[in-house]
Amino acid sequence: MPPVIETKNLVKRFRIKEGFLGRRSKTLTAVDHISLHVSCGETLGLVGESGSGKSTVGNCILRLLNVTAGRVLYKGNDILSIKETEFRNIRGKLQVVFQDPQSSLDPRMTVKKIVGYPLRIQKGIKGKHLNNSVMTVLKDVGLSPEHLDRYPHEFSGGQRQRIGVARALITGPEFIVFDEPTSALDVSVQAQILNLIAGLQEKYQYAYLFISHDLAVVRHISTRIAVMYMGSIVETAPRERFFAAPCHPYTRALIASVPRPDPFQRQTLAVLHGDVPSPLHLPEGCRFYPRCKEVMDICRKVPPPRVEVAPEHWVDCHLYA
Amino acid sequence: MTLLKIDRLSVSFTNYQGTSSVLDRVSLTIGRGQILGLVGESGCGKSVTARTILRLIPQPPGNITAGAILFKDEDLLKVSPRRMRQIRGNEISMIFQEPMSSLNPVFTVGNQMREVVWIHRKLKRREADAMCVEMLHQVQMPDPEAVLKKYPHELSGGMRQRVMVAMELVCAPELLIADEPTTALDVTIQGQVLAILTALTRERNISVLMITHDMGVVAQVCDRVAVMYAGRVVEAAPVQELFAGPMHPYTRGLIASIPSMDANDSLYSIPGSVPTLIDPPPGCRFHPRCTVRLDACDRQVPELRWITPEHQVACHGVPIGGRKGEAASAPGY
Repeated sequence: MPPVIETKNLVKRFRIKEGFLGRRSKTLTAVDHISLHVSCGETLGLVGESGSGKSTVGNCILRLLNVTAGRVLYKGNDILSIKETEFRNIRGKLQVVFQDPQSSLDPRMTVKKIVGYPLRIQKGIKGKHLNNSVMTVLKDVGLSPEHLDRYPHEFSGGQRQRIGVARALITGPEFIVFDEPTSALDVSVQAQILNLIAGLQEKYQYAYLFISHDLAVVRHISTRIAVMYMGSIVETAPRERFFAAPCHPYTRALIASVPRPDPFQRQTLAVLHGDVPSPLHLPEGCRFYPRCKEVMDICRKVPPPRVEVAPEHWVDCHLYA
Repeated sequence: MTLLKIDRLSVSFTNYQGTSSVLDRVSLTIGRGQILGLVGESGCGKSVTARTILRLIPQPPGNITAGAILFKDEDLLKVSPRRMRQIRGNEISMIFQEPMSSLNPVFTVGNQMREVVWIHRKLKRREADAMCVEMLHQVQMPDPEAVLKKYPHELSGGMRQRVMVAMELVCAPELLIADEPTTALDVTIQGQVLAILTALTRERNISVLMITHDMGVVAQVCDRVAVMYAGRVVEAAPVQELFAGPMHPYTRGLIASIPSMDANDSLYSIPGSVPTLIDPPPGCRFHPRCTVRLDACDRQVPELRWITPEHQVACHGVPIGGRKGEAASAPGY
């Protein structure tokens, strides 16, 4: 069976206007030849620092952005080349939950309207049937019928994110993009939402793309993990392997810089030096070489090859070539 | 030796919805050279505590209803505005969360740093510049002279926060308040800034009040931790003791709900959500969410008591002397 979602050499470039009235322009490559796949009941965690292109990947897969090059396959069929009208039939199968529940829920709509809206516009379901569906998903996310006629501002952050999840579930999706769903929440509430998301997957076998900058959260929720740095994936591995034997110097630094909640083992926190370079002036060769501790001569000139160091464990690094 | 002692500080805010008691008898002490972590969820009063120390609470809507803030035996709530201005930035300084919004976008870094120096020291421009350059050098800024001429938008997030650290330390304060200094930064940059911040303050024996919601940062950086919940301090202890044997049910829940980097066990989550402070629960403010609630909890406010010489807890369920060893195996955690 083909994976639910697969991308092949996905590229997204933005034109940045500069100078007087934007007469000069530069190209920013936000996503550079990304290939990934997500199967039923599987969570792919996509981690990276801000500006690494994680969210752009999610938006490209959902056709919320026009892709510059590459293909996105839904169960083996290309969804980028089909017409918008045809794609609408598939839209309900691919859903998204955004980061900030405050701004992704319309403050003037009641919960009933917000959650029922996708079903109404996609399938034209109305009245009693719509109400029933809304009630079912609300129950799934741990909200009760008394919440139906309330407005988003009457809920806490965690509950709002539950509404966001309910809205994604109502169309009966197979693939859901979670774009930093818990980074606006406190830890105790974050735990509730993560448990909810994991529980729903167990029940309905959804395929998840979980985008986050928080490695601990990603570890908790993912089956496989991919690390992005400046628009490209530098390492992919199954969860256990990823944390037990990280290969790419960037991945290793990323894992080492997370402060552990253990005061008995003080870490060296400054693992990496220097800043993320501007995406407008990408370094030649490996993008990570200006910050890499294990930089070699070849890294400055030749882009690193993709190497499979173990089954399902891919690294883009000259160290393993 | 105690540098700052907050004693039973109460602050309320009034708006059209009513009066909320944002801080309720908050007591904290910070020793000289100590790094005190103040943790809690959003809305628990961490930032209000910090801002009250520097008297940055607008009044109205804010109202400091009771308590004292003793800084070197001087009550900051009673000193004149003129004296307060001498203290701010010179004896006590503060770093805010978002470096972009605390730096002025229309002035250069040098302009803004010199201002801090000039307010507190009578120096010539060249001398002030030398001080700034030296400080920027200390925060490991490459090419400090050039940075002085730059505008904030020309710097990256990590560099901006390092400029903030330099700016706050340039007058050699005795207390530094850092309000979520690394929350807006990426994890690799956060590591750099935390390393610089702790190295510089340790070296100069500066006390730090580190406000954060990240238990990892607390564990790695602080000497002592105070945990706040809904406007009250519920537990305070040396950092190792707090992580090894948390006693308040909220602290235990908070520690249990951190996703671990090194294990895959399922996550504990505290049931319910944070109460509103306009109409807080009577008695212990945590009791509606508590799994080990007693009869007294919804009637009587638990005092913050010394359980051991170094450990304070505000919970009816914790006897004097504590219950070490039991904490980790308590029901529900």
